[in-house]
Amino acid sequence: MTLTETQRSSSRRAAVRPPRPLLLTGAVTAAVSVIPLVYLVVRVSEAGLARIVEVLWRQRTLETVATSVSLVIIVVIGCLIIAIPTAWLIARSAIPLRALWLVLVSLPLAIPSYVAAYAWLALFPGMSGFWAAALILTLVSTPYVVLPVTAAFRSADPALEDVARSLGRGPVRAFATTTLPQAWPAAAGGSLLVALYVLSDFGAVALMRVDAFTRVIYASYRASFDRVSAAVLALVLVGLAALLVFAERRMRGRTRRWRVATGTQRTSVPTVLTRAQIAIALIWLGGLAVLALGVPLYSLLSQMIEGARSQVDLAEIAVAAATSLGVSLAGAILAVLLALPVGIMAARYRSRSVRAIETFAYTGHALPAVVVGLSLVFLTLSVVPVAYQTVFVLAFAYAVLFLPKAIGATRSATAAVPPVLEQTARTLGRGPLRAWLETTFRLTLPGIAAGGLLVLLTAMKELPATLMLRPTGLDTLATELWSRTEVAAYGAAAPYAIALVALAAIPAWLLGRAMTRDVDTVVE
Amino acid sequence: MSSVEVRELTAGYGGAPVLEDLDLTVPSGSLAAVLGPSGSGKTTLLRILAGFLRPSVGTITFGDRLMAGAGPGHPHAFVPPEKRRLGIVPQEGALFPHLDVTANVGFGLPRDLRGRSERIDTVLEMVGMREYAHARPHDLSGGQQQRVALARALAPEPELVLLDEPFTALDAGLRERLRAEVRELLVELGTTAILITHDQEEALSTADLVAVMRDGQIVQTGTPAEIYGTPADLGVARFVGDVVELRGHMRGDVVTCPLGDVVVQPGSAAGDGEVVVVLRPEQLRASPADQDSATGVVREASYYGHDSMLRVELPDGSVIPVRIPGGERAPRPGDAVTVSVNGYGRTFPADSR
Repeated sequence: MTLTETQRSSSRRAAVRPPRPLLLTGAVTAAVSVIPLVYLVVRVSEAGLARIVEVLWRQRTLETVATSVSLVIIVVIGCLIIAIPTAWLIARSAIPLRALWLVLVSLPLAIPSYVAAYAWLALFPGMSGFWAAALILTLVSTPYVVLPVTAAFRSADPALEDVARSLGRGPVRAFATTTLPQAWPAAAGGSLLVALYVLSDFGAVALMRVDAFTRVIYASYRASFDRVSAAVLALVLVGLAALLVFAERRMRGRTRRWRVATGTQRTSVPTVLTRAQIAIALIWLGGLAVLALGVPLYSLLSQMIEGARSQVDLAEIAVAAATSLGVSLAGAILAVLLALPVGIMAARYRSRSVRAIETFAYTGHALPAVVVGLSLVFLTLSVVPVAYQTVFVLAFAYAVLFLPKAIGATRSATAAVPPVLEQTARTLGRGPLRAWLETTFRLTLPGIAAGGLLVLLTAMKELPATLMLRPTGLDTLATELWSRTEVAAYGAAAPYAIALVALAAIPAWLLGRAMTRDVDTVVE
Repeated sequence: MSSVEVRELTAGYGGAPVLEDLDLTVPSGSLAAVLGPSGSGKTTLLRILAGFLRPSVGTITFGDRLMAGAGPGHPHAFVPPEKRRLGIVPQEGALFPHLDVTANVGFGLPRDLRGRSERIDTVLEMVGMREYAHARPHDLSGGQQQRVALARALAPEPELVLLDEPFTALDAGLRERLRAEVRELLVELGTTAILITHDQEEALSTADLVAVMRDGQIVQTGTPAEIYGTPADLGVARFVGDVVELRGHMRGDVVTCPLGDVVVQPGSAAGDGEVVVVLRPEQLRASPADQDSATGVVREASYYGHDSMLRVELPDGSVIPVRIPGGERAPRPGDAVTVSVNGYGRTFPADSR
């Protein structure tokens, strides 16, 4: 067995240097993905060091940093406090309706933060400020921690806990010393995702009027007199986000299982709860579901009914949906095309140049949408004024922002197809391109298409970049919801909110599945 | 069908070369095995022959067609895999999962070829898979997948077939049966074939010609009997079967060792003086003896049914394996035995490792 493994790895290692056409197109993708960031750096450096320092030390800047960082910390702590007991109940206890609870805790992923903020505002119009934003962001981002921790609890080897018990630890201490540490990497990884989400979020902080980075940047872009300070703030934001992405990468490498022995692992026996414990557990999970799902859904539906009593302009909604679809489709196609060479190379070749290209192409992952929007506004205004506020620039922004999703899909689809198929096709008379088309491409097409669909759906609910880059008069579902919420026309906004939740449900479902891959099979 | 000539081949993946100054000749129509432990470079050699990798130095020739390297009028010839007219049977078959058996076998045949479907039928018949013509690869067992992979490789009537450990993933009984069938088929078709394997039993039982590879070079080429009976060095001797290694003193064509005087095969590698003498366990016979005349004491006896394996300790402390045929009553641990030698010994310099 070991022998076959070595041989397989050696035949994969064999192809170290990617073919030149692939390398060149990949380099184009990498170059395209760093355009927004590079242009922002150029703009900031033009302002001169003195001006940059002046902006950085301004009272307002420091307050913004403090606000954003505390918001991130509070939300992460909130998520952890909610997530760990929740994950334990789902993964390790004999709670009734386990499978249902797993679905319920992952559903908040389907509620974009600005939709949640809108829903709460519609119920409690007085809500605003730091704690309101913290509450909403905590509720929508808890799944990022619950799902990986649940998976970690499930996959932790129960034998370790048994051994700890046999060595004299009580049930709680045995759990705390064996299973809990195994879940820390998952919890930390999830927390970093939450932190990145909160830092880049625009919708919730803007609607709750919290002066976090994204709102301040957007406001100074709107005011349009202080471009330099907007750009400097954007760079600081990128720096913080990059730090989180870097930390998350490092963390992911460490999410290894603690299992040394080979052979089949026993699944854990769920802990039996007393009646009182079950009651408390159900109140906990139920309360969570009410806050994260019940309140927004109730709010959406009641607004919908109220709105329907006045008038719902179906035609307008259809136009907005079609516009969203059209722009996002352009962005998705562009993203898939750009992702193709990078994803293929990342799966097949591990040279330094490939790794560099992949890293650059993932820039969008660390770029909050507000930053991409701002940079592309500057860029089009001063370099290609013809393109300013055109659909092309908006599609380009989507492609850069969501390119990592498309690359990930292409990469994993390609990696799943053994290279020997393509090689065999070569010996049977096909040239390199035809061999790829007739074997690997045929087999990876569904995966690549799924990646494209994911980009499409994600782009359709994108808000800040769309607000900044859309041509005048172009309205998407997200911008329609936004403009109606801003003027407190909650009833009229409801249909858009519902359409957005329906759209977001698909990528959320996929993400939830990916995060709990082995959980639901065990739970069922 | 063409012969294969590899001359002064050096190749690698950028770092230190994996293959260095390698020569190999496979006559037209023969079934050759390239036998080597993992890491010896045999997979790299296969990739070079198939055209997935360019050699840095050396030439590859199929018959009179130059595949890679310098030739008259071609300073840097390189024929890509699709133009080499070879068939490859990869490990575990590697059938195209999106195509059925017929489409897999027909993959290498031009769409407009006359008699295309007859050809597909013929090769499927050859490998005994005709009734599975419309099955999907994932519905086939491992052995069936290998048969289809062979049919796919043979369909375009290649000049050379490369078999990359095609039997490794199969269970023991099936492996032996399929090996014999494939051998029979390839011999009947007269196709030149190269089998890459790390399994010495597979190489010896399947091929007409065995090339033993080590550290990126071919260390010995010969018939299976030559490789087993007259290994070129101690490493080859150990790699192609069980060995009995003893220290001895060589004089003329007789070596004196703990088993007494053993006649050495003419042309053996070492000269007079201290040598290592190598015997195969089946050359040894152990018979009961009393303490005085015994050559050794049985320390361990393992019964396998068709034979028994003894581990006999000699007076100098070395322990040697001795094979006892199944019908005979095997001595028990503690018994004193006399070990006698049938046939010739092979000697190697005392410092060989």
